[in-house]
Amino acid sequence: MSQVKKFIDNFGYTRIIIILFLIILFIAALALELQTKSLITGILNRAGMNMLLTLAMVPSVQSGTGLNFGLSIGILCGVLGAVLSIAMDLTGVQAFFVANVIGILLAIVAGYVYGLLLNRVKSQEMLIGTYAGFSVVSGMCMFWILAPFKSPKMIWPYGGRGLRVTVSLEDTFDKVLNNFLLGQYNGIEVPWGLYAYVLLLCLAVWLFSRSKTGIAMQTAGSNPRFAEASGINVDSMRIIGTILSTVLGAMGILVYAQSYGFLQLYTAPLYMAFPAVAAILIGGASVQKASITHVIIGTFLFQALLVVALPVSNAVLPEGNLSEVVRIIISNGIIVYALTRIGGGE
Amino acid sequence: MSLANTDNVSKSTGKQVSWQIKKAVTGNIVPIVFTLLCLVGAVIAEASPIFLLSSVIIRLARNLLLVFSLIIPVVTGLGLNFGIVLGAMAAQIALVAVTHWDIGGLGGFALAALLSVPLSIVFGWLTGKVLNKAKGNEMITSMMLGFFANGLYQLLFLFVLGGIIPMVNETIMLPSGIGVKNTVSLKGIKYALDDVLKIGYETLTIPVFTFIVIALFAFVIKFLLQTKLGQELRCVGQDMNIAATSGIDVDRMRIIAVILSTVLAAWGQLIHLQNIGILQTYGSHEQVGLFAVASILIGGASVTKATIGQAVLGTFLFHLLFIISPMAGQNLVGEPQVGEYFRAFVAYGVIGVSLGLHAWQKQQAKKHMLEE
Amino acid sequence: MSEPILQLLDISKEYYGNKVLKNVSLTVHPGEVHALVGENGAGKSTLMNILFGMPVIHSTGGFSGQIIFGGEQASINSPKDAMEKGIGMVHQEFMLLPGFTITENLKLNREITKHNVVSKLLGEKLKSLDMEAMRKDARKALDTLGVDIDEMLPVEGLPVGYKQFIEIAREIDKENVKLLVFDEPTAVLTEMEADLFLKAVEKLSASGIAILFITHRLSEVMQVADNITVIRDGEVVGRLTREEATIEDMARMMVGRKIDRIEKAKKIHNGSQENILEIRNLRVDMPGELVKNVNLDVKKGEILGIGGLAGHGKIGIANGIMGLYRASGQVTFKGEKIKLNNPKDALLRGMAFVSEDRRGIGLLLDESIEKNIVLTAMQVQGKFLTKFFAGVNFADSGKIRGHATKLIEELDIRCTGPEQLVRRLSGGNQQKVCIARAITLEPDLLFVSEPTRGIDVGAKKIVLDLLLKLNQELGMTIVMTSSELAELRSICDRIAIIYDGKLEGILPPDADDTDFGLMMAGGHSDKAKEVS
Repeated sequence: MSQVKKFIDNFGYTRIIIILFLIILFIAALALELQTKSLITGILNRAGMNMLLTLAMVPSVQSGTGLNFGLSIGILCGVLGAVLSIAMDLTGVQAFFVANVIGILLAIVAGYVYGLLLNRVKSQEMLIGTYAGFSVVSGMCMFWILAPFKSPKMIWPYGGRGLRVTVSLEDTFDKVLNNFLLGQYNGIEVPWGLYAYVLLLCLAVWLFSRSKTGIAMQTAGSNPRFAEASGINVDSMRIIGTILSTVLGAMGILVYAQSYGFLQLYTAPLYMAFPAVAAILIGGASVQKASITHVIIGTFLFQALLVVALPVSNAVLPEGNLSEVVRIIISNGIIVYALTRIGGGE
Repeated sequence: MSLANTDNVSKSTGKQVSWQIKKAVTGNIVPIVFTLLCLVGAVIAEASPIFLLSSVIIRLARNLLLVFSLIIPVVTGLGLNFGIVLGAMAAQIALVAVTHWDIGGLGGFALAALLSVPLSIVFGWLTGKVLNKAKGNEMITSMMLGFFANGLYQLLFLFVLGGIIPMVNETIMLPSGIGVKNTVSLKGIKYALDDVLKIGYETLTIPVFTFIVIALFAFVIKFLLQTKLGQELRCVGQDMNIAATSGIDVDRMRIIAVILSTVLAAWGQLIHLQNIGILQTYGSHEQVGLFAVASILIGGASVTKATIGQAVLGTFLFHLLFIISPMAGQNLVGEPQVGEYFRAFVAYGVIGVSLGLHAWQKQQAKKHMLEE
Repeated sequence: MSEPILQLLDISKEYYGNKVLKNVSLTVHPGEVHALVGENGAGKSTLMNILFGMPVIHSTGGFSGQIIFGGEQASINSPKDAMEKGIGMVHQEFMLLPGFTITENLKLNREITKHNVVSKLLGEKLKSLDMEAMRKDARKALDTLGVDIDEMLPVEGLPVGYKQFIEIAREIDKENVKLLVFDEPTAVLTEMEADLFLKAVEKLSASGIAILFITHRLSEVMQVADNITVIRDGEVVGRLTREEATIEDMARMMVGRKIDRIEKAKKIHNGSQENILEIRNLRVDMPGELVKNVNLDVKKGEILGIGGLAGHGKIGIANGIMGLYRASGQVTFKGEKIKLNNPKDALLRGMAFVSEDRRGIGLLLDESIEKNIVLTAMQVQGKFLTKFFAGVNFADSGKIRGHATKLIEELDIRCTGPEQLVRRLSGGNQQKVCIARAITLEPDLLFVSEPTRGIDVGAKKIVLDLLLKLNQELGMTIVMTSSELAELRSICDRIAIIYDGKLEGILPPDADDTDFGLMMAGGHSDKAKEVS
């Protein structure tokens, strides 16, 4: 009995609850005779497209700045990269590549500034990060209206000032990763290209965590005073972590956008950090500790939940959007739970 | 015994005056900047002063009590309580009930006020419990708690009402009979409080009675803070450890503070909605925390200090800016949307900057203390 | 003589099988100033925690013995019980709220209230504060102490001396107060403030309040105490009246113990007398352990001990040199001036540090033993790295494992393997991991602070033997800082005593107890002056 309790304690109540919930959903899906193949395809696709955004949490947690609630800053860098690559009239892989290059460069600068900010507000990084993200998103809203872009793919077709709210990527880099090495197995689609790209980046982050700088960064995160005593510059390590997280945010939104087929401007990035935060927490991470395993498990669990909940709830309750409500409750609930656990480490 | 340099104090009074002026400016830099911003905005917007005044007066009446509800948690050291959203939800649940029973007028309003009390006490108690587990991170936790509660609120209004709890009412419910409509007209209680006594002058309307009620609450808050209870709340706000050593039940005091805040927020939201007259079932409460927090910060309050005066000044400035921005945006770049984004930017930005500055000062103070 | 107000009879207390108090008895009469003297860790604070019913006592299994207060057997289960009985405590750290006025602080949670319309309906908590009455009480208490300060001033920004008096005023304002406990009250005061304070103490005792005065400033004891109890290692080792006490006696009683000298078998004698480290005018801003002005030389190949009472700055020296707290002055290592406030520079030059704050600075508790051992050497010296990919430095897990396994064996770290988390290890083994990390740096000079704090008796000896071995076999110069004099005397070649942030003197390990005691109590330099 105590063994069971210990296992549960180790594994985390929240994860168990979510897995049980997921199992119930799957059973319901089977009972309702829903298209399991399209569900699995959906899960694979959604997990792949969201994984980098979740991965962006790893360097920030490891460097000690907590969960990156200001991820939208990185996301905006990526979006700006994409907008610029569209403005240059690029297409296909080339457009995706240029968008990434610009996005990464912008993210390095933005991440550096954001890191400087976070170093000044130690212990309140998550709160300040949230509002830094919110402000930048609403500041960029003004930019989207006023920016002098002329590309017909982005501006409103009939008058109206500024860029569209959603920009279709059909002629640029829609599905460049998804359609690369797309495997078809009995009606289940596996986007191998997408996964190759995403997992390669996961591997890169893992490798980084084994490097000298990576180890220094984790040390700065887990015990800043120890790190200082070992000659590590804690503030620069936190900046490195923030830059990495911001860069992954930029790359992450581009993966997301190519899979989704649209680029979302204006207020869309406002709340985009929260699902990523929720996913890694569901994966078993905490404000102080996060790993690649947490990213992969968390993204799959969270996305599976969302993908399966939608048709099941529609079948049970055709009116209203029950799955959306469930998403709000679960993702915000798990964040609240994680926040109440910060002090209770020892 | 003369340990302190009392002589020096009297000698340097001359210098002190100029120093005090400087201190007064730096200490109130936020409201000063926003006053200037409003002035510049007003010039660009070319708005008539009467129009601005009447709009701001209405908005003051709508929002002041919501902003007041933030004061007690600040004094108790919980920071800015973004969780007042839960109070707003309590008010909206009460309003839907009253509208469903079709009880209008001041009676309906009073009933809603009464109904919202037990609800907001329970919500406040739960919020307090959660925040006690997140000491040091109360603000972000209260914000996330607001988002979380919003999910539960939607669950209640979209599926439980009519789905599990039978509720038949064509004007409120969605055509399917399950879930509440997106907008619910509050005809019955519209202006219930305002209409008791108001003064009109051309386009200018002053809901005098509402302002009397709000002033009354201001006095209640002031009074509470001067009682034994208030002293204990302030003590907890300054130092939880010392409070605990002096025999004060810290966790209980913090819960009391959150409950008071939540109840006040519920009533604040009622006043807000009786003036607007329409309930956006799934939207009215969402920005309540954001706008109230931004208002009080613009008034010069901080995470650890907030007064009624700052709340009034801040609400005035914030809503003035709110009215001016789209007009200024229109005149400046021919796009009112820019102004709307600008005010969202201001609301988020002022919170970010103000909280950031506070955290930075705290860090500096800690460093300073170590070096002494 | 009057009836005693407080009698402690045969108080014993164990923490996890470790006896910290052994049959301590103590009697205090009304109007008496009773000094309780002892080194840090002698058991003074545990005794006071028992008297105040602090939760820490009850959560660790309570205590044995009796407390008799005012002639009656008293069971004190919480600080509130103690307060209600009339025992007041002036804390070492101030319990003052900066934003409150002096009056409000004085009356904290004991406010005088009066009814108003609302409170009659809704209850006691809503009573208004009677600020006028509170103010009068505050004035009275401050006048009793002879402090003329406006009682409505906020506490924020007051000089430390005033804060101390406000603390005391708060206690004497409690109507029923019969016994006041002062815990190191003069530690933060300037000399002049301390004099005023001692006068106030005399005034209080004249009014019939009994005072229990915990201190290690022996000169103050001589000045105000009527009776003195000296405790050491949890036992009463002396009871003196003021008349029969001398500073020398008290000093000897305080520190005297049997010395288990671990004889150095093959002493490499430092005949060269070459200085490896020269410290000049060192000042370190370490809170609670301020180093004010230290000049000290360390000879190559020796084990130098640094001793002194807590709070006098001995801990700050190593922390300052290693760059962990802001330091100024001049430190020369192997003939070169080191950059202060730069941990990396100190490490690169060949110094290493085993911190007194083992769990805070010394270890990454949730990481493996091997990572803890190699981390500093990897970051500072670039050891244990390999460039197998793209020219980036990666951790070389093979080398790390090999080195860790070797050290685990050599230092006999009891663990399940190099991958075990450090948190799971016992205190002694954790300390060995810290030492292993330091020696992985292959330093010429090793600073070790409080090497045996918080580890059990058996492990203590092992750690000390290990340090000795490093010194003897590898020729490593060691500077060991410790609060336990016995431990310093067991392995050090010379022992430097720090008092009030400065070097008081250097003694050989076999010097007289009285000399050690006097130096630690700061009486030595005065004495020396008198003689010369």
